[in-house]
Amino acid sequence: MNHPSLSPSPLAPRSLYSRLGTTGLVYVALVVILAVSAALVSAQGASLFTPANTVDLLARSSLLGFLAIGMTLVILCRSLDLSVGYVAALSTVVAATVMAGEPERMLLGVGAALGVCALVGLANGIVVTKLRVNPFIATLGMGLIIKGYLDTNFQGPAGEIPAAFQLFGYTRFGLLPLSAVVMLVLAAAAVWMLARTRLGHHMYAVGGDAEVARLSGVRVAAPVVTAHVLCSVLAGVAGLLLAARFGTGNALVYDNGYELEAIAAVVLGGTYLLGGRGGVAGTIAGVFILATLDTVFNVLAVDPFVKDVLRGTIVIAAVALYARGQLSRAAVRVRFPSGGRPPPEESPGPPDGGGPSAPEPAVGGTR
Amino acid sequence: MTARPLLRMKGITKSFLGVRVLHGVDLDLYPGDLHALVGENGAGKSTLMKVLAGVHRADEGTIELDGAPVSFEHPVRAQRAGVATVFQEFNLLPELTVAGNVHLGREIRRRGRIDVRAMERATGDLLDELGLEGISPRAKVRSLSVAEQQVVEIVKALSQDARIISMDEPTASLADHEVEVLYRLIARLRERDVALLYVSHRLKEIFDLATTITVLKDGHRATTVPSGDIRPAELVRTMVGRPVSQVFPDHLEPRGEHVGEVRLDVRGGGNEQVDGIDLTVHGGEIVGLAGLQGSGRTEIARALFGMDRFTRGQVRVDGRRVDPRSPRRAVRAGVALVSEDRKTQGLALNQSILANGRLALDAVWPLGAHRRSRRLPGIFDSLELVARGGHGQEVRFLSGGNQQKVVLAKWLAADPGVMVLDEPTRGIDVGAKQAVYRLMRELTAEGVAILLISSELPELIGMSDRLVVLDEGRVAGELPGGSDEETVMALATGAPPEEPAGKGHDRPGPRSGPSENGPRSQHEGAAP
Repeated sequence: MNHPSLSPSPLAPRSLYSRLGTTGLVYVALVVILAVSAALVSAQGASLFTPANTVDLLARSSLLGFLAIGMTLVILCRSLDLSVGYVAALSTVVAATVMAGEPERMLLGVGAALGVCALVGLANGIVVTKLRVNPFIATLGMGLIIKGYLDTNFQGPAGEIPAAFQLFGYTRFGLLPLSAVVMLVLAAAAVWMLARTRLGHHMYAVGGDAEVARLSGVRVAAPVVTAHVLCSVLAGVAGLLLAARFGTGNALVYDNGYELEAIAAVVLGGTYLLGGRGGVAGTIAGVFILATLDTVFNVLAVDPFVKDVLRGTIVIAAVALYARGQLSRAAVRVRFPSGGRPPPEESPGPPDGGGPSAPEPAVGGTR
Repeated sequence: MTARPLLRMKGITKSFLGVRVLHGVDLDLYPGDLHALVGENGAGKSTLMKVLAGVHRADEGTIELDGAPVSFEHPVRAQRAGVATVFQEFNLLPELTVAGNVHLGREIRRRGRIDVRAMERATGDLLDELGLEGISPRAKVRSLSVAEQQVVEIVKALSQDARIISMDEPTASLADHEVEVLYRLIARLRERDVALLYVSHRLKEIFDLATTITVLKDGHRATTVPSGDIRPAELVRTMVGRPVSQVFPDHLEPRGEHVGEVRLDVRGGGNEQVDGIDLTVHGGEIVGLAGLQGSGRTEIARALFGMDRFTRGQVRVDGRRVDPRSPRRAVRAGVALVSEDRKTQGLALNQSILANGRLALDAVWPLGAHRRSRRLPGIFDSLELVARGGHGQEVRFLSGGNQQKVVLAKWLAADPGVMVLDEPTRGIDVGAKQAVYRLMRELTAEGVAILLISSELPELIGMSDRLVVLDEGRVAGELPGGSDEETVMALATGAPPEEPAGKGHDRPGPRSGPSENGPRSQHEGAAP
């Protein structure tokens, strides 16, 4: 690949990491975890891939998937969204109250829920880009505002989801739940958007280095605002799914810590929390890994505490692994490569070893 | 050479905070020409370049492109007009492909979506045209070498139909064989009638490449000559040799009497950046480390202070062998470093003066810190630190000079035996400079050994007892204090020595002769 006269970097280690790339590695990890889980479960005399378990796994994945796809977009832009759990809760309530159990108001309900969510995302994006509020704070604040609204207005279940719309939560094609199909279609759309549209390229550019993007003529606010809107809308879709499953609007679903689980799936999928690197494909693998763990622990009926410890460990280990792979070659010129003999006319004064102090070698740091 | 310049800068004047850095500079660029811009530190090269790039706006003066006046309020405006700039820090996104970077902000689209193939094809064609088939347009920029990234920058400029490309020290981070690629690329650019503005410190490159040379001196244009009409030695003389504008305090004791035992001794020190460094500093002595930007001065300071390491050779402080593998170890061994970048490396900007003063003490001597820190107010006073808000004031509100005094106080509180001062007077006013100079004299009178790094030659020569001159990471020679600027510069650039006639200096020559026009001669440092 390198032109002979341009420096072929002599020390490029062809590790598993560099050959597969982060996304490949995550999928390898997913397969390994599935295999280990299947083995563990069959050791208990059960089977992981029974229809019930598979459906459970896919259903779990679809809910987290909606949230994580949106979160990926936001994180790629070097932003963050801590309000998605509250937005999802808001979406259930709006959808259920607007639909009010009448099938003909289904579209209206979906539109209202997603529209409200889009407005929340727009507000998030504008606060982050125009008011320059740190996204952590901006979206945390937005989440608290929504929580306040929900807590004062919706104590218990609100509204009613018509049976026709509940199908969104329960329809299956064979083993494949409708919600998982929708999630995968949206994921594919997001992958395509990131790879093939100007918006996607600019999301990577802004997340990678906003100043470089600006100096290249990119309008830096637009991708960030769009990512926030898409993230909130996807959180709204997750809310619709929750509503369809519950059959009613439930404000308290914000208590489930969805935002942090989505962030965990994103970083597990290899997206760099500081933006500009990663993608939705990895995120989906991250989602499936987390869902697999949940399913397995359910099947094995393991103490939930152990489950959380293991999930946390896996996320941390994964990010530590990515960090190792990212040790970038420093952009400095190596004038005197270590290890190589210094040019002959120099006599680099061989360390005479004997100092008055300990024979500690002053030579040696390898890189 | 065409009769009419492609770009004409006339009477460019620019001030920062009331300090004039450019005084009515004129510059013409012709298609197919390479115009080299040379000058000492702070001569205004970078500023002029940034005015052209639209990063800074000139206070006075005009820029004409093809005879029509233009104004670049924003870098993007300059780019759109066909003026591209390749800065030392690349403006590339490592996670995008080569093609993605080249077309960033101007993506090729077909029916609403990005036509990645077309972008790759266009980029590949450009690379082929330039004879750079080795770079794949699909490679992520992250995977490229520094030289390849630089090529991508230039290709990005060309794809924007740049007719003027200015480059700031393009070879600063390239290895020798990579420089040749750049040379070839520059030849191709000239064939395409691109006008090039080239800032470099390396005399050899300038004479290899330039058709015209403009020398800036203290913000004025000293001369513009065809490169064939000037010899390297003359060029060096045009760059330096300003009237002495500053007076340096005398030694507190007669010269020579205050020099004591060897306090810092480096034998054969080397790592990836420097090699074969022999350096001795006695107590009470100021040794100046001269050399151009990138010659290894700061790298030596960093290695002595444990920020990087010497992987070869040995270091002794006060006769004891030390291996400074961390700044903490260095401080405990009695070495202090006043780094060249005080805002990021010297100070906790949002903390108080007192907290900053205690920083080294708290970190390294937690037990005695309180007792030792009682001396801090006295040290602040002796440095004439002026802070309206008292010693509780946050450091970021102080002037540059007072900030530097806080850094100095931090180290004085730790009683170091060896002080490495890397550009200690950069960006501070004349009064504060004098205070720093006086402090250095007082410290040497107390027996402290000082290693001084400065890009301001008059300062380095005026303050140092001896000068060690570096070139390309090696010691090029040693000169006595008070040597003249031309001698130092000649040694540092590897320029052939001035013929002894004419001036008749009788000072001793360099210890080891300057290497005859070494392969990578270079010239002085970039302005901050």
